[in-house]
Amino acid sequence: MRVPILRQGRCLIASVQDALPDADLRHLQQRLAEQVGAPGVQGAVIDLTVLDVVESFATRTLSTIAQTVKLRGADVVVVGIQPEVAFSMVQLGLTLDGVRTALDLDEGLALLARAEGR
Amino acid sequence: MPPEERIAITADGDVVTARSRARELADALGFSRTHQTVIATAVSEIARNIVVYADKGEVVLRAEQADGRWGIVVVARDDGPGIPDVEQALADGYSTAGSLGVGLPGARRLMDRFDIDSEVGRGTTVTMTKWADRRG
Repeated sequence: MRVPILRQGRCLIASVQDALPDADLRHLQQRLAEQVGAPGVQGAVIDLTVLDVVESFATRTLSTIAQTVKLRGADVVVVGIQPEVAFSMVQLGLTLDGVRTALDLDEGLALLARAEGR
Repeated sequence: MPPEERIAITADGDVVTARSRARELADALGFSRTHQTVIATAVSEIARNIVVYADKGEVVLRAEQADGRWGIVVVARDDGPGIPDVEQALADGYSTAGSLGVGLPGARRLMDRFDIDSEVGRGTTVTMTKWADRRG
């Protein structure tokens, strides 16, 4: 299933819907890199609220997405990592270094708005 | 005791199937939500290793009971190239596939028991167990 990318104001919102096959994650990377180039878009929030597992492959892809979008001159915030998912990620040694995170969509959008105001 | 469940691993979609089944079994055995996630994550890592390194293999899930509590036993088996240096493969950050190198050492940290049997040219079997917390 493809990840829908919505636009709210100057932000894109990608809500990851379910356990994603690898191809869909790669596809998300490509589409986000393209769509942050749209006029007026300043950043993207990737919402992982419904994901019940985030393992090394997904983490590596998220880091790549964040770096790609950053090189395109936009900001990325990953939101919605559940407590038990965070626990497992830390045990695995996955810290998403260099990727900004926020608790949920509201806080992610607020973070992007603040970044814009700097 | 519930019968064991076998999941053929041939593509990345099977990785998702394997971890979902592992979570369901862990849930049925009374594991906490956190432990369900821990088990599903470890299964995801070793199932992905099968896809990346061996192309195909299988994951077998079964329940085990000892000292009055349930455990979940995961066996991941492939006939792939095998691991020349298991100790090195268990070191954090070591990967021959350009990945993060956290799969095996991470799965070992997540589970209570973790064994690798690997022979170059013959294949690899990872056996790992997680025990449910004792109740009351």
